[in-house]
Amino acid sequence: MSDNEIRSLITQAIEENDTILFMKGSPDAPACGFSARTVAMLQQLETPFAAVDILPDPRIRQELSAISNWPTIPQLFHGGELIGGCDIVTEMYENGELGDALGAPAQSGPATAPAGAGPAPAAPMGIENRLG
Amino acid sequence: MPSAHEVKSRIEAGIPGAAAEVQTHDEVHFDVVVRASAFEGLTRVKQHRLVMDIFTGELGGAIHALALKTEVPT
Repeated sequence: MSDNEIRSLITQAIEENDTILFMKGSPDAPACGFSARTVAMLQQLETPFAAVDILPDPRIRQELSAISNWPTIPQLFHGGELIGGCDIVTEMYENGELGDALGAPAQSGPATAPAGAGPAPAAPMGIENRLG
Repeated sequence: MPSAHEVKSRIEAGIPGAAAEVQTHDEVHFDVVVRASAFEGLTRVKQHRLVMDIFTGELGGAIHALALKTEVPT
């Protein structure tokens, strides 16, 4: 797979998933403390998100950072826009902005939305699988 | 290796009106808080970019990590 193909898969993933996290490892097995912290905050907000592991191919990170003009991992996107990395996400989580920014049920509604009432959880991204 | 003082001066020189607080234990990892009216109306990502752009090419090199917090003066 060429660098350009990787880049268009990343762009497509950012466009197709309302909330998407590029991280080291997976939400179940994060491979870095910053990625783990970011996943934990998203899970606390009960907001569905897609996740892409950038570790299987160094070009994923290279192309992602070229697209986003952001040097570090993790990177959280919502509605096609970069929300930030771990520092920004933490700050927004702590002051209550993150739930609003992501339209998360845990912070936007009067009560926690019952299961099934919100949007279906996004399917996990398969860039790593498509790298062959 | 840049000192905390040097990092502070460069941020304050790079962003007019900015006030930076910089802490470091080892002169490669920096904790930085920047307060600037230039941040007004910008997303946090854009605020951080204003600061990070000052250190283009040094992050990951002479500066291993810069933990950044940005504030708009009230």
